[in-house]
Formats: sequence, C-alpha cells, structure tokens
Amino acid sequence: MKNSVNRDLPEDVMKDLNYKPFESTEIGHPEIQRVAPKVHVSTGDDKVVTSIKQVIKDTLKDGMTISFHHHFRNGDFVFNMVMREIIDAGYKDLTLAPSSLTGVMNDLVIEAIKAGTITHITSSGMRGSLGDFVSHGGLKSPVIFRSHGNRARAIEHGDIKIDVAFLGVPNADALGNANGMEGDAVFGSLGYALMDAQYADKVVLLTDNIVSYPNTPASIKQTQVDYVVKVDKVGDPDKIGSGATRFTKDPKELKIASTVNDVIVNSPYFKDGFSFQTGSGGAALAVTRYLRQAMIDNKIKASFALGGITKPTTDLLKEGLVDKVMDVQDFDKGAAESMHTSANQQEIDASWYADPDNKGAMVDQLDVVILSALEIDTKFNVNVMSGSDGVIRGAIGGHQDAATAKLTIISAPLVRGRIATVVPDVTTVVTPGDSVDVLVTEYGIAINPKRKDLQEALGNLPGVPVYKIEDLQKLAEQKVGKPKPLEFTDRTVAMIEYRDGSIIDTIKEVKD
Amino acid sequence: MAENEERLRRTMMFVPGNNPAMVKDAGIYGADSIMFDLEDSVSLSEKDAARVLVYEALQTQDYGNAELVVRVNGQDTEFYANDVKAMVKAGIDVIRLPKAESADMVKQLETDILAAEKEFGREEGSTHLMAAIESAKGVLNAPQIAAASDRMIGIALSAEDYTTDMKTHRYPDGAELEFARNMVLHAARAAGVAAFDTVFTNMDDTEGFYRETEYIHQLGFDGKSLVNPRQIEMVNKVYEPTEKEVLNAKNVINAIEEARLKGSGVISMNGQMVDRPVVLRAQRVMRLAKASNLVNEEGNYIEK
Amino acid sequence: MEIKETAVAGTLESSDIQIMISKATDGIQIDLQSDVEKQFGDQIRQVITKTLNDLDITAAKVKAVDKGALDCVIKARTIAAAQRASQTTDQPAWEVL
Repeated sequence: MKNSVNRDLPEDVMKDLNYKPFESTEIGHPEIQRVAPKVHVSTGDDKVVTSIKQVIKDTLKDGMTISFHHHFRNGDFVFNMVMREIIDAGYKDLTLAPSSLTGVMNDLVIEAIKAGTITHITSSGMRGSLGDFVSHGGLKSPVIFRSHGNRARAIEHGDIKIDVAFLGVPNADALGNANGMEGDAVFGSLGYALMDAQYADKVVLLTDNIVSYPNTPASIKQTQVDYVVKVDKVGDPDKIGSGATRFTKDPKELKIASTVNDVIVNSPYFKDGFSFQTGSGGAALAVTRYLRQAMIDNKIKASFALGGITKPTTDLLKEGLVDKVMDVQDFDKGAAESMHTSANQQEIDASWYADPDNKGAMVDQLDVVILSALEIDTKFNVNVMSGSDGVIRGAIGGHQDAATAKLTIISAPLVRGRIATVVPDVTTVVTPGDSVDVLVTEYGIAINPKRKDLQEALGNLPGVPVYKIEDLQKLAEQKVGKPKPLEFTDRTVAMIEYRDGSIIDTIKEVKD
Repeated sequence: MAENEERLRRTMMFVPGNNPAMVKDAGIYGADSIMFDLEDSVSLSEKDAARVLVYEALQTQDYGNAELVVRVNGQDTEFYANDVKAMVKAGIDVIRLPKAESADMVKQLETDILAAEKEFGREEGSTHLMAAIESAKGVLNAPQIAAASDRMIGIALSAEDYTTDMKTHRYPDGAELEFARNMVLHAARAAGVAAFDTVFTNMDDTEGFYRETEYIHQLGFDGKSLVNPRQIEMVNKVYEPTEKEVLNAKNVINAIEEARLKGSGVISMNGQMVDRPVVLRAQRVMRLAKASNLVNEEGNYIEK
Repeated sequence: MEIKETAVAGTLESSDIQIMISKATDGIQIDLQSDVEKQFGDQIRQVITKTLNDLDITAAKVKAVDKGALDCVIKARTIAAAQRASQTTDQPAWEVL
C-alpha cells in the first residue's frame, strides 16, 4: 500500500502491528483517553537502596518494557550500568523504549540484542555501530522511530506501556524529589524523563548525590518514584555537552547562516513578540548570532525561544532580547546553569513541548524554526534518519513536531562532499514536504510552491537567488554526478511513525 | 590598457591551487575576481599537481560571473613556462605575474601568452594579464610595468614580500606601505588600469581590516586581495556608495541622456558643463550601486 | 606513457583523492577505498581508467583512497600521479588535459 507521500508500505507488517498509513499533517480535534500507571502504595520511607541488581530483581520480568532518558547524551553512565545487570541476570524479550539512544549506549544494546534480552526497540534515533547493526538485519522486529512529541503521545495513549523506567539524576532526596540542575553531572531540563516519571508503573531513580529532604525544585516528584538507587557516578560532566558550543568559522556554513537570517528577517513573522527554535551545532549557533544582531537593529524582542537550548540562546535571555526560554533539553553547561538561575527559563516536558494530542503544545505556537536535513527532495520531504548509503544514522528528535511552525526553514549545504543533499526522492521520508516552507543552501533558496505569501516576501532579496527546488537538485547532480541507486532487501528493519502514530515511511535492510 | 572600465574588481579572493575543497567552492562567495594560486601557497613538490587541478576545475566548475585569475610561478622558476601554457589552454581570464620588476618581464609574459594562444588555438588577445609588485625595484618601475602591455588589466601591491625586501615588516598603521601604495596606485591610474591593495591576514582583527580597507578606498584603489570569503562582504560594504553619491550620479546620468535626446554634444547640469571624468565617475558609482543592491533596474535609489 | 616508478598524487583531505600508481603487467587494476563506494564507486573507477587510457597507459596498479572527490579532481590527481610515475612532469600531456 502507498501512503500520501507516495511511499510503499509493507502490508503484512502494517497489519501485524495494526498501523495506519500517513495521511496528512492535520491532527484535527479527536477525543483522546489517556492511560494511567499502576501505583505501589507506600509512605516512601524505604526507597533508598544501593543495589541495582536487587532493584531489577524486584521490578523486572521477561517481556516487560523498560525506559531511560538521554539527557546525559554521551556522558551517560546509567544506561550501561543498568543494562549490564539486566543482560547478566539473563532477562529475555524486553522492549527498550528510551527517549533516544546515544553512541555511548550502542555496545550494550547490540550485546543485549544478540543475547535475546532485547527483542523490540522504540527510540527517536540511533547512530554508529547500532544503526549499522540494525540496518544489516541484526534485530528481528522492526525498530519504531518516534519524534519527541510522538513518544509523549504514545506514552499517554498506552502505545508505549513502560513497566520500569530507570532515570539517572544528578540529585535526589530519599523519597525521590529530583531535578537536573544541581550536582556533578548536571544537564538542566528533565523534559523527556518527565514523561517516564509520570506514566511508568515503576520509576527507579539513580543518583550519585542524595540530598536532604525535601529537595526543591522537584521536577520529578516523590509521588512518582519507587526507588532511589545510590551509585558512584551517574555521568561524565565533560561529555554531556553536545560538542558545538561556538559558532562556526566555516565560510560556507556562515554564508548559509547569513541567508537563513535574511529569510527570517524578511518574512512576515519577524515582528515584536515572535517566537523561534534553532538547533544545536556550529551552523545553528551562527544563525542565532546573526538573528541577535537583526533583533537589536530592528528593536525586536522575541516572546519565547523553544526546544533544545544552548548558551547563545540563554545569553539572548540575559540580554533581554528574548522574554522566555521554554526548555525541553539543554545542550550545554551554560544553558543548564541558566535554567538554575533564571525565572524566565521554564523546564517543559515532552508533552508540553510537542505532543499533538493535548490541549495545545508549544510547537503549535511556534513562529520560526530552523532545522537541518540529511536529504531533501523535490517535494520538500526531509530525511534525517538514513545516511546516503541507506544505513540508519540519525534521529527524528523534534523535527516533525517543530516543522509544524508557521515558517519552517531547512538549512543545509547543497552537497556534502560528493553526496547531494537535494535529491529527486529522499531515501527515507521523516518530515513531509507539506510542513516545509523554505530550503536555504549556499547557492540560494527554494520556496515551497504552496507558500505564495513567502514567494512574494522573499522573491527579491539582494544576494539571495531563488531557485525552483528541481533546479537546485539538477545543480547538485551536475556537481557530483548521478549516484547508483541504493540496494535494499525486502526486509523491514524500521518503521518511521509520524507524530500521530501513522506510518510515514519504512527503512529496509541494506544489501551490501 | 585593456578594456576594463566595465568590471568591478572590489574583491580578489585567493584560492590555494592544490586544495580541491576550496577550489571547487570558490564560486559561491560572490567575489568579483577569483585568483587561483599556483605560487606561494603551493609547495615545490606539488606545483605540477596544482597546475592540473586548477586546469580541470576551470573546465568543469561554474564560477558565475567572477573574473578568473591565476597566479603563475615566478618567471625565473622552472614551473613558469608550463603554468602559462596550461592556464592559457584552460581559458583563464587573467594571468597574474608575481614579483614583476620591469616592463620587460611583462613583455616576456605577453610573448609567452601569445605563443600559447597560437599553440592551443585560443583567440589571440583573449588572455589578459596583471602584475604583482613585490619589491623596491618593482615599485620604482611601477609606471612602466603598468603601461607595458595592452593586455594589462591591473597591478597589485604584495606587501609581504615587499616589506621583506625593504628590510621591515607590516605594522598596523601601514606607514611602511605608504610610498609603495601610492606609487602602485598612481602607476595604475596613469596607465588606465586597476589598482589592487594587498591581503590582510588577521581574521580576528575585524576593526583593523575595516580600517585598512577604508583607507585604501579613500586613496582610490579599485579593490583588495582577500584570503578569506568572510572578507568579501566587508570590502563590498566599504565600497558601497552613499545615498548622496548615488543621487548625484543619477543626476549626471540623466543629464547625459538629456543631452543625447537634444542631440547636443555638450552635457550640462545645474548650469555647469559636465566633462568626461565626471561622467566616468558617475558611471562607476552606478555600477557599484547596482552591485550593492542600492538601486533598482531603472537606476533609482531603493529606500531602505 | 610508460610507468617507470611508483608515484602518489593527492591528499587524504576532504574532497580530495589520493592516487598511487605503480607498475603492472596485466591491465589496469584499481583498489578503491571510498565512503561513497555504493553510490559512486563505479564512476570513480571509470574516470581513473579512462584518464589512464587517454594517457596511453594500459597496465598499471592503482591504489586510490577517496574522500569525496568530484570527477574533475579524480582526473587531475590521476594525471598528476601518472606523469610523476612516468617521470614526465616537465612535459605535460596537453592533449589529455
């Protein structure tokens, strides 16, 4: 069967997993019934333990669903500590449902799959050796990839039923009041973990820092927590930062960033009180820098900045250029520290951030978002999951969610080395073209034909040539040549859900 | 002097000839001229490889409307002869002769270029040339160098080697370059060719870069050699005409049109005769204004 | 053109390709290492082979490490390596360029 972005979906898998094909980005006004967790009643006096092994023994059974958060990014110790015990204890047939998987987790996930401990996975993404492993058929059942907003929806709806959540925190009191802001391995917002804390049947906190009771502010509350496990270290503070904390000096990236800024400033949305979301990475930080100058020059303040927050964004808060920062994740130490000290930086959970099935999420109020792409095709569909060789190496993150903003800008070089970014058809559709408004490359921009208003506003910017996206694709092909088409087998190794739980595309096993 | 009044040459971006990443991307930054370097930025053992790389890139890559220049190796090196041949065959717009010290050197290059044009079937006279002044001798001979060939489009000052020859080095205030800058500029103007200032290599000193660019702009230089694409925007900003200059230029252009319609040989504006230098300046200002997106298709100032 | 010695041209920098040419007796053998093998492996090998053929080289052992080089770069590096290997760098092969 084909879905509305013209992707072939495997009938048998769709039927087995009871999926509907993607139709549209419109969510509508359905009536939703949410699920609720089981509660093991206690006064909370015996939560503190020191043995992960014992906690696992007391909570986990074969076939259950376990979850983690990825706020520690590559400085995470918790995942490996817990998985080691689970694998060694011989558990089987578990579903792994973390908010995402980072590189430091890869080895143990692969080991767990090979041992039969993990048989199902849902995540926002996967990279490196794990992506390679899954793309080559290492996991029997297909991985389900979900955006951050969609994971929240799936948890609230019961599609993901978390039995035990293992959540690492840099501080907690004896009853489990915890936040991400104080201690050694601080990371700021607990945005993703708050979903697990709210809905998992058993919530296990792991911390290296037990503080006096009651601990405030309590992002995770004592009413949600079953166990507090004292460990030596929960994470490496030096590896939590996502790396890029300085804006790029690469002239090509600067040119793209400068053009992105031109697009924003000349769009109908650049006015006092506007809101925006940028990503992390050197190029995104360069955009923030240009935008800051444009805001100062035009005396424009933003009502809020959203998403994964970095220090350059919290600096705007300090400068008074942004009124509020709504923080689902912090990418660096500066942003984490700012959350600690600023009343105008609000921790938000993934549902508040981007769940389509609630009474209004932050992304629904977003004016401008700048997103990246591995590939974008002539229909403006975007791929952020599979590399040019067809192997899984990315994450949906908040891409599909934030792309519902009023002005969605994809910022990417026309080619990366010999790989074209603009292609006739993306290898995997993650975000549908209907959500995407403008593509910005170092050669010029392309505007989605559906947006006549933007074609008018951006048609004549000095130094910004406007191309038809088909012409950008031809330009890319002229430069690099025509690649041989990738080869896959018939086996589905991953399903890509859209925010509403429908299937927008699948990933097949690569043929080497 | 070559027909060079039409081109803007505010920015000449240096691209190391043996660097494929930079060579293939050189066209995206909007430089007025791109200079592929086979000389100082290429090591001795890679001269041959750089020559072939630049040649192939010129055959296949699209550099837009930029003027394509190549700096060949010095006339006294073993690489010079093949560099000239290869670049003429490649279809380069301008060959830049480093360390030019005499009119004879320019005439030699002209001879070598003509021979190559004949050998490779390229239209004779289609390859232009320029000279880089890098020594005291070169500076003192600048007037003769600038006037030495009909193919000459401009001369440039290369401060690094020049200050070494002068037994000094570069200072922030540029006093050590005063004489050389003025000689090069005057030589260029007397010969009717373009004058290029030297590179500024400290990417972290934006203020210093603007200061130097504003200074050479004031002196009258056509443009500046650049080592980083980020500098292009800065130079263009300095060369942007003011609103007053644009409006004045527009008035001159209108006066010319008026005179033409009347069939009059005399152009007058505000009761005063408008002579050729004024006309040329007005045309130059309008070219700059168009390139800076200050005026629309009809040449009218666009209100910001 | 006759291969007289082993020679290398190009670097391992991004967008470049490093080509090592040595003597062989039996046709052109290419050992290619490239991140874009799947998409452009055949194309890369084709450019190298054609360039060598144009230079009248019918037997050579080629080891190529590709870092995303475009066709013009592959051709240039192949010519440079071949001229070095045949000790003819001072007499560029004008007709092939």
